[in-house]
Amino acid sequence: MAQLELKGVHKSYGPVKTIHGVDLSIGDGEFVVFVGPSGCGKSTLLRMIAGLEEITDGTVSIDGKVVNDVPAADRGLAMVFQSYALYPHMSVYQNMAFGLENMGLPRPEIEKRVQRATTMLQLEPYLQRKPKMLSGGQRQRVAIGRAIVRDPKIFLFDEPLSNLDAELRVAMRKELSALHAEIGGTMIYVTHDQVEAMTLADRIVVLRAGRIEQVGTPLDLYHRPANQFVAGFIGSPRMNFLKGTVAAPGTIAIAGGRSLDLPAAAGLPAGEEVTVGIRPEHVALCGREDADVMIRLDLVEHLGGETYLYGQSETLPSMTIKQDGDCAATRGDMLPLRLVRDRLHLFDSAGLVRRAA
Amino acid sequence: MSVADFVTRRRGRRWHWTDIAAYSYLALGVVLMFGPVLWLVLSSFKTQAALLEFPPSLLPMTQEEVMVPGQGDKPLPLFKVTMDDGSVRTLAQVRRVGIQAQMVDPKDPGTVIRVPIERREPVRKFQLALENYTKPLQQFAFTRYLANSVFVTVVATLITLISNSMAAYALSIYEFRGRNAAMLAVIGTLMIPITIILVPVYMVVASLGMVNSLWAVILPGAATPTGVFLLRQYMLTLPRDLIEAARMDKASEWQIYWRIVMPLSLPALAVLAIFSIMWRWNEFLWPLAVLTKTESYTLQIGLNAFQGELQVQWHYLLAMTVVTLAPVALVFVFLQRFITTGIANTGMK
Repeated sequence: MAQLELKGVHKSYGPVKTIHGVDLSIGDGEFVVFVGPSGCGKSTLLRMIAGLEEITDGTVSIDGKVVNDVPAADRGLAMVFQSYALYPHMSVYQNMAFGLENMGLPRPEIEKRVQRATTMLQLEPYLQRKPKMLSGGQRQRVAIGRAIVRDPKIFLFDEPLSNLDAELRVAMRKELSALHAEIGGTMIYVTHDQVEAMTLADRIVVLRAGRIEQVGTPLDLYHRPANQFVAGFIGSPRMNFLKGTVAAPGTIAIAGGRSLDLPAAAGLPAGEEVTVGIRPEHVALCGREDADVMIRLDLVEHLGGETYLYGQSETLPSMTIKQDGDCAATRGDMLPLRLVRDRLHLFDSAGLVRRAA
Repeated sequence: MSVADFVTRRRGRRWHWTDIAAYSYLALGVVLMFGPVLWLVLSSFKTQAALLEFPPSLLPMTQEEVMVPGQGDKPLPLFKVTMDDGSVRTLAQVRRVGIQAQMVDPKDPGTVIRVPIERREPVRKFQLALENYTKPLQQFAFTRYLANSVFVTVVATLITLISNSMAAYALSIYEFRGRNAAMLAVIGTLMIPITIILVPVYMVVASLGMVNSLWAVILPGAATPTGVFLLRQYMLTLPRDLIEAARMDKASEWQIYWRIVMPLSLPALAVLAIFSIMWRWNEFLWPLAVLTKTESYTLQIGLNAFQGELQVQWHYLLAMTVVTLAPVALVFVFLQRFITTGIANTGMK
């Protein structure tokens, strides 16, 4: 188990820079998820930690020791690849034992470790099978088992669930969570799926274009996003963004809606373009007299437990509203909506969040 | 279902002219490809006399012969003779003088009968001249040649597979400056024919004191550009994740090569093995240059020995050609499925 420290980490491929100075410290036993849209550099960052990519600038240290020049094999990490990267010509047992054989462990010890991992992952019936004869979920488990048996300092996961179907993904997510609880290792997990990030992580690192946008616990990111990008990226369905301008200090005029008094806007000069963000579950249906905005419904999705309403008006971008339980609204209805005041997020013209002091 | 029914079954459709055209075309192909081989095999069982016969016969037929007491100690050839009275008798020919043959009845060796040669018809029977095979294998050093050829083929193929796969591994798995230049140089050597470099290579081999040793045949051609290219292209298609997973698994470069890349490259290795076996088995010019002593001859050079300047011992030549062909044919029978799948895979996936 180990700590990891990144200081000013840069990566460039010739003239193309992909990582622009990442500082991050990960504690012992922490489950950290790197999340971001594709091409944001999250996989590259993981591979730099693993030792599969050279570090152009900055340092990576494990347990206080700089490992920039330590080859991947000697960093004591284990990685689970998106493609699983199981050796196709080896049986499940051989796949798991390969790394241990290379470490020069005695045979009984290898057998013991593989045995323990297979029991944990329920792979006993498949030990002699080749990867080709396994289902996607089983292959995934073998890949994880291959990492577990090595008893690494840090587990690295590179989008491990993206090749599985939706149902299996949920199941494997739970297993991974349980696994972390059981063995308690430091884990770094890369995904573009924010649901995976929210459910698995102790801390989430949101990346965009090679920079860290925000680091925090899942609920922290959800409730207190540092900027508009994080606010939009975390949460499903997405947060609604309404354009507005500062009418007077402390008052925002929403385009196509009513003026709102927001303490957070106190420090902004009049006339500045701002964005007001509100999550779908914080938009309430109300009477006409209380309405902040009115929208025309385009689509209603009844999921039973909850209902999603999608609508827009001439002056407003499309909005999503989440209602618990059933909702009688139908397509074409004009809906008066009230934005729950203390759930509003205010972003200035640079996209950074503004909060009341 | 009889064989004829099986071959001509039509799945309920009538014969169409395209069916006939297709079968004719295929039959032509079979005759063109297989005819010469069949002819070779059949001819290899013919006696020297039967080979020179005109018109030639398809099957190895020999004239029947009998020992006739009182007519020397050599067997005499048998003929069916139509006598003046129209009856047909089987007589042995003692000698032929011009257009007359002197013949005797084997049951009555005392009386000589004169017969015009156009009245007699040789009595022939089907017989395999096995001595075409047994004699060269016993009297000449053909088993020695065979052993030499097998040694050269097996050892050279092993060396080729190992050295070429190492080169291909370096040229496909590692990223380094000049990788493409190195690959171009390798491919460039494909364009230099052996005849051009025969003399310089001979001088190198001679200065190493390897002339007349089988290593002189094995070593110069062990690293083939074709093999390096073939294996490299295949290894490029191996997922990089696998190599990286092996690195994370603490595998040394040798282990990655030997335990991951080699087993996964088996189809390409099989193709190269087949090619190498064929090249080495059929190699002629280079062994002819460096092997001058009979005991170090390979099969191909041994075969050449039957072909004198004035006389060709066709019966031995043909029989030993069959012996030479058989092992390669067997290799093909067992490995042919790898050829197509392997070559198909080495292109693009």
